[in-house]
Amino acid sequence: MRWICILLPHLALDGVLRSRADPAAPLVLVGGPAQRRVLLAANPAARARGLRAGQPLAAAQAISRDFVAIDHDPAEAAGWHRFLGAWAYGFSSQVSLQYPGALLVEIGASLSLLGPWPRLEARLRRELTALGFRHRIVAAPQPAAARVLANAHDGLALPGVEAMRRALAQMPVERAGLPREVATACARMGLVRLGQVLALPRESIARRFPAEVLRHLDAVTGDRVPALESYAPPDRFDARIEFGFEVTATPALAFPLKRLTADLAAFLAGRDGGVQRFVLQLEHAGAAATEVPVGLLSTERDAAMLLEMARVRLERVPALAPVQALRLVAHELPAFVPAHRELFDERPQQTLPWPQLRERLRARLGDAAVHGLRSRADHRPERAWQPEDEAGRTPPAAASPRPGWLLARPLPLREAVAAILAGPERIESGWWDGGDVRRDYYRVATAAGPQAWAWRPAGEDGPLMLHGWFA
Amino acid sequence: MGAVVALDALLHERRVWRGQPASLPAGRQPTGYPALDAVLPAHGWPEAAMTEVLPAADGCGELRLVWPTLARLTQAGGRVVLVAPPYVPFAPAWQAAGVVLRQVQVVQAATPRDALWAAEQCLRSGSCAAVLGWPAQADDRALRRVQLAAETGQALAFAFRPPAAACNPSPAALRIAIDARPAQLRVLKCRGGNAPAQPLPFAPA
Repeated sequence: MRWICILLPHLALDGVLRSRADPAAPLVLVGGPAQRRVLLAANPAARARGLRAGQPLAAAQAISRDFVAIDHDPAEAAGWHRFLGAWAYGFSSQVSLQYPGALLVEIGASLSLLGPWPRLEARLRRELTALGFRHRIVAAPQPAAARVLANAHDGLALPGVEAMRRALAQMPVERAGLPREVATACARMGLVRLGQVLALPRESIARRFPAEVLRHLDAVTGDRVPALESYAPPDRFDARIEFGFEVTATPALAFPLKRLTADLAAFLAGRDGGVQRFVLQLEHAGAAATEVPVGLLSTERDAAMLLEMARVRLERVPALAPVQALRLVAHELPAFVPAHRELFDERPQQTLPWPQLRERLRARLGDAAVHGLRSRADHRPERAWQPEDEAGRTPPAAASPRPGWLLARPLPLREAVAAILAGPERIESGWWDGGDVRRDYYRVATAAGPQAWAWRPAGEDGPLMLHGWFA
Repeated sequence: MGAVVALDALLHERRVWRGQPASLPAGRQPTGYPALDAVLPAHGWPEAAMTEVLPAADGCGELRLVWPTLARLTQAGGRVVLVAPPYVPFAPAWQAAGVVLRQVQVVQAATPRDALWAAEQCLRSGSCAAVLGWPAQADDRALRRVQLAAETGQALAFAFRPPAAACNPSPAALRIAIDARPAQLRVLKCRGGNAPAQPLPFAPA
């Protein structure tokens, strides 16, 4: 049981359905040339109305007019295939997208971490269902065998090679992944089960059928296993949801936004990374797209948090023009370091850790709204502090007391001065960097009581400028 | 109110006032001023509650009042958040007062409403040891939210308000007015005990 095959029988349809607000509404995928449109897939509601895959679109419209027809886009289906590959990459480092509409995942090495198999299978099914994809899962010792068995089974788990050969022998020939003409020829020869084909002498198979038949049978039985192309996760995330109508209100974007951020979180979990910055693009008809950048201070990958950050930023976008599509692009995907947690938390009611609280505050109040405090070794009061988190060496304390409050810019001192308590203290610095300061600072007691820190230009006798309060 | 509440717990939380002063355990949040601790029923700041400070004017000692507490909290690894301070907190002076600057965060808010929201979020999160706010025109309802958030997050909330607010009732557990001239502290209200009649001298160092 080293390989699992996750067969996605309705990949294209599920991919379309999951971006729609009401997946239960009748919907069909159509394809083919413009003169002869053919239904390729129909969801359960559409099938309940009598629509079937393979019907011409005209015949379907004669049966019912109450359905939505979407053009099948093979590129989009391939995109969903890759997305699920990224998701599966979270479970194993060997994921192959070589077979269309199926994922082959090596789990032999992952079982000791994620297993036992029933638990892992339940988790796979739960996550796939949450992502909105119908699926069949088969586990077998060989990848090609798992793929073939998934044609007829769901939930089959074969521990050994013997059990795998027995199950393969019972497979109907027409579902064994053989070319159609080969399967037809076998049926005419009276070969119904794959076991009967496998029992034939190799020479006769080689003589009667093309060479790839023998290669396929060898791969299925595990006699000669071809190398699989391994999936390599991309370095950027780009997903887009197009609406069939124009959205004018921000709340209506909540559902597609939730889908996109959940996809992003699944993608990030798959490549064991985080995201620090991503961009939401609101596409309008006939106008440039509105870009809403979402920046985080630390790397994150929690779906709920990404959604909250994106939602709050989106709410701050003024005067939304009608939106036709929503797109989420993330280029910077740095490594994710999970937050360090104490085993025994000193504060059991610690419901929201500071990094998340900080992101929430920044999302609503602005990127620069939350900052730390740091003192710098500079005599000039304006440059003796910095709005950033403390790092590096802390300068020694100043010789004379400094006020707790500093005015952002000095103002004329309006209060009457009762007494000068200290000073003058000459601060003269900065001629080299353009911020030249020559001041005499005094600590004065105002008539009202509070003590002020005030200055006048060095050597002059002008009015005092208020620069701080000794609060 | 179906829950069974221990009488001792009620008394110690100062929710029930007793005529006879009982000996209460020493406070876990000393103010750093022994004279002030002595007159407060909790022997310190009320825990997990809002304290209202009403300075007569900007700069007449509101920072001196809280600096010892902030220094103690930050040195113990607690986080202190200043929400929309009226001036720039001058880092060298805060450092000289013993405050660990690494543990201090400043939140700037454009509107009073945002400031109240930020203060409530910080208090409720439980990841802050103390939150200082300067609500200029906060109504009773907003202050009650802050008080509830402080209870939820088990944090100290300090609200610095203009002296005119002393006339209005407040949900704060402790209200202290700072007079500039003479420099003194007046305890206007303290939950769980009578406010001391005599003001405390509070001269600048």
